[in-house]
Amino acid sequence: MDNRGTQLPPHLGDIKKEIEKYAHEFGLDFYETIFEVLNYDEINMVAAYGGFPNRYPHWRFGMEYEQLSKGYEYGLSKIYEMVINNNPSYAYLLESNMDVDQKLVMAHVYGHVDFFKNNFSFQHTNRKMMDEMANHATRVRRIIDRVGIEPVETFIDRALSLENLVNQHAPHFPPKPRDEATEEPIEVRGFKTNREYMSQFINPQTFLDEQRKKLEEERAQKKKFPERPERDVLLFLIENAPLERWEADILSVVREEAYYFAPQAQTKIANEGWASYWHSTIMTQRALKDSEIIDYADHHSGTMGVRPGAINPYKLGIELWRHIEDRWNKGRFGKEYDECDDLRARRAWDRKLGLGKQKIFEVRKHYNDVTFIDEFLTADFAVEQKLFVYGFNEKANRWEILDREFQKVKKKLLQQLTNFGQPIIEVVDGNFENRGELLLAHRHDGVDLRIDYAKDTLVNLQAMWRRPVGIVTRVDGKGVLMRFDGRDHTDRKVEL
Amino acid sequence: MPLKIKQDHSRFREIIRGRIKENLRKYIQKGEMIGKKGKDLITIPVPSIDIPHFKYGHKDQGGVGQGEGAPGTVLAPGAVEGDGKGKAGQGEGQHSLEVDLSLDELADILGEELALPRIQNKGKKNLTTPKVKYTGVHTAGPESLRHFKRTYKQALKRSISSGLYNPKIPIVVPVREDKRYRSWRMQELPQSNAVVIYMMDVSGSMGDEQKEIVRIESFWIDTWLRSNYKGLETRYIIHDAVAREVDRETFFHTRESGGTMISSAYKLCKEMMDADYDSGSWNIYPFHFSDGDNWSADDTRTCITLLKGEILTKVNQFAYGQVESPYGSGQFIKDLRESFEGIENVALSEIANKDAIYNSIKDFLGKGS
Repeated sequence: MDNRGTQLPPHLGDIKKEIEKYAHEFGLDFYETIFEVLNYDEINMVAAYGGFPNRYPHWRFGMEYEQLSKGYEYGLSKIYEMVINNNPSYAYLLESNMDVDQKLVMAHVYGHVDFFKNNFSFQHTNRKMMDEMANHATRVRRIIDRVGIEPVETFIDRALSLENLVNQHAPHFPPKPRDEATEEPIEVRGFKTNREYMSQFINPQTFLDEQRKKLEEERAQKKKFPERPERDVLLFLIENAPLERWEADILSVVREEAYYFAPQAQTKIANEGWASYWHSTIMTQRALKDSEIIDYADHHSGTMGVRPGAINPYKLGIELWRHIEDRWNKGRFGKEYDECDDLRARRAWDRKLGLGKQKIFEVRKHYNDVTFIDEFLTADFAVEQKLFVYGFNEKANRWEILDREFQKVKKKLLQQLTNFGQPIIEVVDGNFENRGELLLAHRHDGVDLRIDYAKDTLVNLQAMWRRPVGIVTRVDGKGVLMRFDGRDHTDRKVEL
Repeated sequence: MPLKIKQDHSRFREIIRGRIKENLRKYIQKGEMIGKKGKDLITIPVPSIDIPHFKYGHKDQGGVGQGEGAPGTVLAPGAVEGDGKGKAGQGEGQHSLEVDLSLDELADILGEELALPRIQNKGKKNLTTPKVKYTGVHTAGPESLRHFKRTYKQALKRSISSGLYNPKIPIVVPVREDKRYRSWRMQELPQSNAVVIYMMDVSGSMGDEQKEIVRIESFWIDTWLRSNYKGLETRYIIHDAVAREVDRETFFHTRESGGTMISSAYKLCKEMMDADYDSGSWNIYPFHFSDGDNWSADDTRTCITLLKGEILTKVNQFAYGQVESPYGSGQFIKDLRESFEGIENVALSEIANKDAIYNSIKDFLGKGS
């Protein structure tokens, strides 16, 4: 790939110019975007690397690669678009695609790059991640040269096992100042008295001892570690676990990459929807030739297909963007509209405001998936899109549709999206029961953890912390402390 | 340019191989863990390959979907993402990943772990037969091979670009030039040149557990032999007091109540060999499984004569596996042992339970003949 340079073949260069021009005309605002043409083997590699041409060596990428290649060989899946949030942005075109596909991909990519550049979720993202990833690869390779592949691989396995334990909000806050206050000796002052001979009655020794104990406890409380629960478990480990320097280095590589990918996971629906909205707009209003319509329709509908048991972010997203545009074009918002309960009047409601375009550009700046859904998924929309909640029927051992009620659908959807679909877990004590044990807590939100995975994750955590580790969670409604001491797993009931 | 990722990929395959080897005894005992995928691929749950995370239990979670159906409507199996993945692992109390493996790879692992010698070529030539293989799409061909979707797409394109297409009456009529046909090529494919003749005692004393053992053994025998010979045929004979040839399905599911005359199976086996498998061009592997409770000493003598006189001279190896059952006396293997002590191409094995399958496969295939 590296030896191909970034020169597009002439006819693709022309298509790029054309699509770029349309994207500008529609008001999209994007970084310079570089398209590279890859064959399917190369594109599978890049996809396995999460979009990047260069990552540190790890078997997990090989596993992804195998699954992608199999999917392609069996004709089950074909990657059409991939784009890196970077300045300049990089995107890939599959060599064997038809020109109409390349157009579609380019239009879609410009949508993504506009979103990356303008959405608030990415304001702290490193826009030179392409270089950073290559640096990470070099760093890890050097470590491997020094300490050997086996220990590094094992450590990366452990680090990846904890990679979802980051605080997605952290990039938006400045790092907390280090409290480096030096410890002063505890000085116990009794009640003031200027009558020396009375002091042993006013401040008897037992009282002074009690005071000292109290102060010591207070200080211990202050020294509680961490002072407040810490969501960024990886950071806590980097700072406090007894790691070798190379281990800390790898852990910070994994952490940095996790923070790079996190906002993409938080904006999947909005972002894919936005890109799909724009490829469909650009293609159908400008770029399509008559002879290309069939293939375009075929591929567009393929992307938009839904399965009953999953949300297709492309489909949900594009429909929601169109829904917003339509509402703001027709003035279907505000107190008057919300309070109108005449169904006929609502259906015919059209104030001809034409604010749709303006509104969607505004929304693409300030919303992530959670707020996007929370604010704009209306009851009408849920009915129109035939959304439902499903669950597992234990008795019949099968998945069933449970409900179509709007509030339930919305609640479930938001729950799935909160903390990008990961359970919220924080460090509550780094010196649990004063034995140097590490205690995590799972903020239970109605769904239990998967126990077998949790146990194996504890094993990985323990290997880093070296002392016993535990997590407080809820299983079947009861508080449980799952603990691993390096040899055995134990469960203990706890009050929550 | 070799792809950078090939390194990661081969590391991944190495890890899988390692894990499968470590767990081979378990896989061998539990044939049902191994799924078939197409002709040459199997899927195998490999424990602890997946990187564990703190994550939600899947079944509790449920989710939001999109589509038709009233509450209570069942979602089609496989419709829910990630479904099934957890199932195999859950019973084990361990997460696992389903990995594709070719039968050849599996056979290699089996061979390495059990230290099985490769089978010596007997100098019998590989026979090949021509076979049709569909390789592409052409503009000419017989109507029976017309590719409907391609043809329709071509016709649709033509009618739109020529302005004939009317969305209100969307009739598309293909003309000659639109038509697309599957094309084929003849390929010389190697013909089967090894045959396994499985014989099993289905008399009343052979229970389901015993048959399960036979089924699992036969899977591993097939896997190993298939990797040594380009083509492999299998035939199945069941017997109680009389023997008959059956298909695979029947072989594993028939239960009779009659007595046991092993010679009936050997006779049929010999007839089969005479009729279909010329020993000059075939590698023949009869495998016989029974609980070792033959009808009479007389019949056992007939068996031994048959083996000595007819069968052993023609086959690569004759194998007898005695599955322990609560009813069988297990005398037969002792008789065979007496008569065939030291003879190269006879493999005898006693299989007490599923745990013993591992060693029994070694008994059967460890001679390399």
